Amino acid sequence: MITLLEQLLNGLQFGVMLFLMAAGLTLIFGIMNLINLAHGSLYMIGAYVAASTFGATHSFLLSLLAAVTATAAVGIVIERLVFRTLYERDHLDQVLATFGLILFFNEMVRIIWGATALYTQVPGFLSGQVELLPGAPYPAYRLAIIAVGLLVAVLLWLLISRTRTGMLIRAGAANRTMVGALGVNVSLLYMLVFGLGAALAALSGAMAAPVFTVESGMGDDFLILSFVVIVIGGIGSIRGAFIAAVLVGVVDTTGRAFLRPLFALVMSSTAADNAGPTVASMLIYVLMATVLFFRPTGLFPTPGR
Amino acid sequence: MRRGMRSAELIGLVALALVPSLAAALDQPFYVDLFTRVVIFAIAAVSLDLILGYGGMVSFGHAAYLGIGSYAVGILAFYGITNGFLQFFVAIAGAGAAALLIGFVSLRTSGVYFIMITLAFSQMIYFLCESLNQFGGDNGLNIADHSRFAGLLDLDDGTTLYYLAFACLALCLLLGRRLVESRFGMALRGIKSNARRMEALGFPTFRYRLTAFVIAGAIGGLAGALLANQTLFLSPAIMHWTRSGEIMVMVILGGMGTLFGPVLGAVAYLLLENVLSGLTAHWQAILGPLLVLLVLFSRGGILGAITAFTRRRHG
Repeated sequence: MITLLEQLLNGLQFGVMLFLMAAGLTLIFGIMNLINLAHGSLYMIGAYVAASTFGATHSFLLSLLAAVTATAAVGIVIERLVFRTLYERDHLDQVLATFGLILFFNEMVRIIWGATALYTQVPGFLSGQVELLPGAPYPAYRLAIIAVGLLVAVLLWLLISRTRTGMLIRAGAANRTMVGALGVNVSLLYMLVFGLGAALAALSGAMAAPVFTVESGMGDDFLILSFVVIVIGGIGSIRGAFIAAVLVGVVDTTGRAFLRPLFALVMSSTAADNAGPTVASMLIYVLMATVLFFRPTGLFPTPGR
Repeated sequence: MRRGMRSAELIGLVALALVPSLAAALDQPFYVDLFTRVVIFAIAAVSLDLILGYGGMVSFGHAAYLGIGSYAVGILAFYGITNGFLQFFVAIAGAGAAALLIGFVSLRTSGVYFIMITLAFSQMIYFLCESLNQFGGDNGLNIADHSRFAGLLDLDDGTTLYYLAFACLALCLLLGRRLVESRFGMALRGIKSNARRMEALGFPTFRYRLTAFVIAGAIGGLAGALLANQTLFLSPAIMHWTRSGEIMVMVILGGMGTLFGPVLGAVAYLLLENVLSGLTAHWQAILGPLLVLLVLFSRGGILGAITAFTRRRHG
């Protein structure tokens, strides 16, 4: 029971980190109609900046701040230089150009920070354990990630459903041309959304830095997972991204923890040792294929696309 | 334009056929090895072009078929079955069968969802192979022996392997050309430009697209079988999603929807990789921006540029 709770929390923690990535991706896709493979690079840059800032200053909050501002700046620069021309192109061109950007950024971090992975520590004030239930300690840092993720989700929801900017974002997702025709500064809106997406990816990366290894290419596989999330959730939908992120996080984590013992109940233990991890690593892709088979536009399709 | 393309194609194929002789003349046997790789990836790129360029299906998981083909050869060899006819049959049929399943589910979706679901399937196969611990898992596995073709071909010899790959490429180009100019190919192109209209005209669009998808997958399996024979090494890395991206780059770089363009794309991409990696360890920092510039400022790829050039010269 206690391990179940622990794994569910791990899943939630993984889920909110995915959500931070997926929120930016789905906004950028929903509004600019752009597939941004380089979003994983922004996550990676966030992690690198956070790790090196923490190493230099030993201030966790400063490292988060540095990661978010630096990455948002990088995001806005590539938006100006590259993406501006890509908005009107087809998805294929976008995939290729942003694939080129991945190669570039992976190599740039190797040039700047070296080929060896960076390791950084959990900040002192979050390094302890919290006793959730009697006899069930849980790392405070992971709880903090969950809290930050949920807080950002709420803020994002408030921003999108309660503010004028949010109204423009929603309008942009439904009908871009019309928003432009009504005299909204679309160019500024795009820049804002892109900066926001980059900042969220950086936050995710910065919080991941003490938990995962900070290395070149760390964003590549995380990016694919975030794509799974936004496709399951329905592209363009923040709500869908949140639900799908938690779903993917929990399914992936609990699958890795419990499938092997579960299989051992019905088959020999060596067969379970082989099949458990295999099926666990494929599980979320099976989930995605199943969802798309029954709902080809995801769980929460955005109206008007 | 068509004549320019045809002559470019002929010159290109003749040049590829002469590679081993040139390498021998220059005393650079390394080039045979490099160009074997080029030709194998050219086969994969041509097969992707069939569905991407002619069918409008942006499949982002093409490396999976390469992987299936090479795992078929490697696993059979692992159990001592080195009969090349059987190995290649299993590789092609296995990749085709996988494409049938993947296509059956994926072709229900369209647009970005199609891109992502093909990616998801290739990830599934990637993780499946990564967890096959008896075949090396993540680390990969050496393949003990080349495919044996009953004494007809000796693939231990690099030049023979090169010509086998070259013959496969020429065959694929020929078959591909026949296919896209047939009624089937015309229908496929019709579906690409307006699926709903083709549906209304009574074409079973799903079956047409699925057939093309399976053919492309099977050819991908052939490329994988050849690749296993060249590298004699089995690793899930050959079907990492970035590899699918590279094959797609070759198609676009050369010019999609032309069949021969992707061959030029494979030559250009792998030679560029070879040259840049000789210059600096950080070659990807140069290649990446080159790709971005290519997408932003060129349309129609290398073959498009060549035909535009010849058209201008002939007035």
